[in-house]
Amino acid sequence: MSLRIGIDVGSTHTDAVIVDKDNRLIAATKVVTSPDVTSGVLEALTKIVKESGVDPSEVAAAMFGTTHCLNAILQRKDLARVAVIRIGLPATAAVEPMVDWPPDLRRAVGDLKFLVEGGHEYTGEEISPLNEARLREICREVKGKVEAVAITSVFSPVNPDHEVRAAEIVREELGEIPVTMSSEISTLGLLERENSAILNAAVTFVANRAIQAFLEVMRSLGLEKAKLYLTQNDGTVMEAKHAAKYPIFTVATGATNSLRGAQMLTGIKDAIVVDVGGCTTNVGMLVKGFPRESTIHVEIGGVRTNFRMPDIFSIGIAGGSIVRVDDGRVCVGPESVGHELVKCGLAWGGNVVTATDVALALGVMSIEDPNCKPELARRQLDPELARKAYEIIVEGVEYAIDRVKTRPEPMPVILVGGGSLMLPTRLRGASKVIRPEHAQSANAIGAATAKTGAQIDKAYSLEHLSREKALEDAKISAVAKAVEAGADPNTVEIVEIEEIAMPYLPGNAVRIRVKAVGEIKL
Amino acid sequence: MMELNEQDVEDVAVGAAILGSGGGGDPYLGKLMCLQALRRGKRIRLVDLEEVPEDAFIVPTAGMGTPIVLVEKLPNGSEPLNALRILEAYVGKKAYATIPIEAGGVNSTIPLAVGALADIPIIDGDGMGRAFPELQMTTFFTHGVAVSPMSMADEKGNSLLISALDGYWAEKIARVVTIKFGGIAWVAIYTMTGRQAREAVIPRTVSLALKLGRAVREAREMGRSPLDHLLHVSGGFELFTGKIVDVARRIAGGFTRGEAKIEGLDSYRNETLTIQFQNENLVAVKDGEIVASVPDLIIVLDVETAQPITTERLRYGQRVAVIGMPCHEKWRTPEGLKVVGPRYFGYDVEYVPIERRVKGGGLK
Repeated sequence: MSLRIGIDVGSTHTDAVIVDKDNRLIAATKVVTSPDVTSGVLEALTKIVKESGVDPSEVAAAMFGTTHCLNAILQRKDLARVAVIRIGLPATAAVEPMVDWPPDLRRAVGDLKFLVEGGHEYTGEEISPLNEARLREICREVKGKVEAVAITSVFSPVNPDHEVRAAEIVREELGEIPVTMSSEISTLGLLERENSAILNAAVTFVANRAIQAFLEVMRSLGLEKAKLYLTQNDGTVMEAKHAAKYPIFTVATGATNSLRGAQMLTGIKDAIVVDVGGCTTNVGMLVKGFPRESTIHVEIGGVRTNFRMPDIFSIGIAGGSIVRVDDGRVCVGPESVGHELVKCGLAWGGNVVTATDVALALGVMSIEDPNCKPELARRQLDPELARKAYEIIVEGVEYAIDRVKTRPEPMPVILVGGGSLMLPTRLRGASKVIRPEHAQSANAIGAATAKTGAQIDKAYSLEHLSREKALEDAKISAVAKAVEAGADPNTVEIVEIEEIAMPYLPGNAVRIRVKAVGEIKL
Repeated sequence: MMELNEQDVEDVAVGAAILGSGGGGDPYLGKLMCLQALRRGKRIRLVDLEEVPEDAFIVPTAGMGTPIVLVEKLPNGSEPLNALRILEAYVGKKAYATIPIEAGGVNSTIPLAVGALADIPIIDGDGMGRAFPELQMTTFFTHGVAVSPMSMADEKGNSLLISALDGYWAEKIARVVTIKFGGIAWVAIYTMTGRQAREAVIPRTVSLALKLGRAVREAREMGRSPLDHLLHVSGGFELFTGKIVDVARRIAGGFTRGEAKIEGLDSYRNETLTIQFQNENLVAVKDGEIVASVPDLIIVLDVETAQPITTERLRYGQRVAVIGMPCHEKWRTPEGLKVVGPRYFGYDVEYVPIERRVKGGGLK
């Protein structure tokens, strides 16, 4: 009972690995990502279990990084209809929920919104008492018309009481229905937090269905004893039952799994990670072993959100990027042949010039594939064109590296991902370039070896509370949430504390953010 | 009279962020208030100063308080209207129109929504032509428009009327009330007649914001360089293009002060531009020489998208273009410069209008 399976869904390939208790790689495989995602994941899981020949009862955990929720939002597909409840009247009426959502996404979640009296001031005092009667009325109105509920109360990161009470009322009236409280999703900034909560509620449906499908195949493969985890945006994993409640935390895991995998494969905790896939290259930064997070609003599917997302810079230059000449100018990407590289690429006998063909023709990389014939690329490619295209590829990556940095000093750069072999071992801005063994499976390894944890981001008014007490409270709730997410209580540690003063307010209001991480409890 | 539609409101918000010169806050909230009002059949009507009757009663409106509260406890929508109604009752006249105090930043778009909700026009103009950090930094003030009577309102229905001795007292009283209101208050202030407005208002700044925002959008839609288009429409000057290599910030006296160092790219290779800011961009110095200063507008934009970058968002690695735009004539008088000139912000230098610096300084 010591093996772990890691699966990561990319835009072109779905990768799977098995690691042992010392995080050594036992087996790795990949399949083409399927349009529905689920069948590709199941194929990868089946393949790795069968090919590796491991005893299924030895597998203790399966960690899945999937794009189900992100795709559902981007494609406006399989979204739950959500009753959007905002608590804050008489405040907030000037801007109703979802005012600036793309109309198709608003329709996809049902466009049912309600404003209720209640909410708090920054001091924690009530704006007005919670109108419970109105809440019950709303519940009766939406009964049978919605599959989830999102509740957002003004200043709930300071005082969540009204959200908690409203959730109780909703459950009393509507029974077992997924209820998202905004204070559990993100922080101050009403519209962005509300948007985040609505999106979370909207993807509960698709997340649950995916989890059920994963569990079924795990059972059919004899992985009955393995616990299912989903990887989340901050580079940790959460148990399936937790993920079912907070599925929005899985929308950016592709990039973070690769970052964590790069950390595992090299042991380096502070570095820039370049993950070269088939269609895009994602560049992010590891800070103390975890992906650095974005400090600005991140738009998802055209909606402004403020839950924690990794700070990733993406460019449309990757292994499958199409190389062409436009008006005498050489261009690389953003169009890509994706997984068709092994059919369309010059080196595979096709007639599309790709970034990989360029690298093969110049002799900077080799690929262990009997069907890949670099001489085909070399013969057909004009050396001058190849040289120019390669320059563009390298410059693009160097530009992305620079954009991710916070200081001009060179930093270690770790190259991972299926397309990373095409990059040179010297890059501008890099103190050294590391290309770890198993780099092409870094994403799945990142998933398989992930820790679990949680973070809280809460506002405190220090008028009636000492700073120490506030910090203590924040730490306790972060640890409790990490344990709830499946961490072994004996290994939980606080990996990050951030204190942000909120200026112009009397009574010393502060925002405290704490991240707690521990080994998963198996 | 000109009526704004949803697309116009989106464009005004982009233009207002540009006129914010690095500060002023995000026009996003006011934009959303406008969009909601429009969808409910309200109208946003812009009126030119020329059309305003001499004896018209004009009531500027604005929000004041803590940015974090503004984005969390959104307004009901009735507050600025209540504030306006109180002044109407006190003065005994119906408001002919409202007007923004600043054309840049968060308070540029909110009066548009107020006008829509009150069913009165908005005067195409403002008291700054950009964004500034303090309430007296308006041409209303420098042209002798009285701060009082001033009114304040919250979302619960509380309101008050203030007869302050001067701007200093108004600010002192308003700050205390704002905190008791929960960190944000909605004010009507600097009431004036049409005759006074023609003297004190910087004209056509709302339509300028609209033009700037539209220029950026249309260039993007046509696949042209938004930056070139923006320069063409704004009458501004390109000061520099480069990469930010260092940003330093410190909190001083309630404001964030700091500087950003930009290393030149393309035709500016081997040159360095430093921008010093206090909420807004104050001074641009190239290789030791000032190339632009307050009250002229110094605007930092993403070099590709022409999206303006506020001072709190400046960070290492960004590729930016810096443009300068002349401020309005009203700021270039001795009285104007006393309130918003470089000396007020602690720079012991003479103000030289940007167009003279550009001609004399050999800028590209």
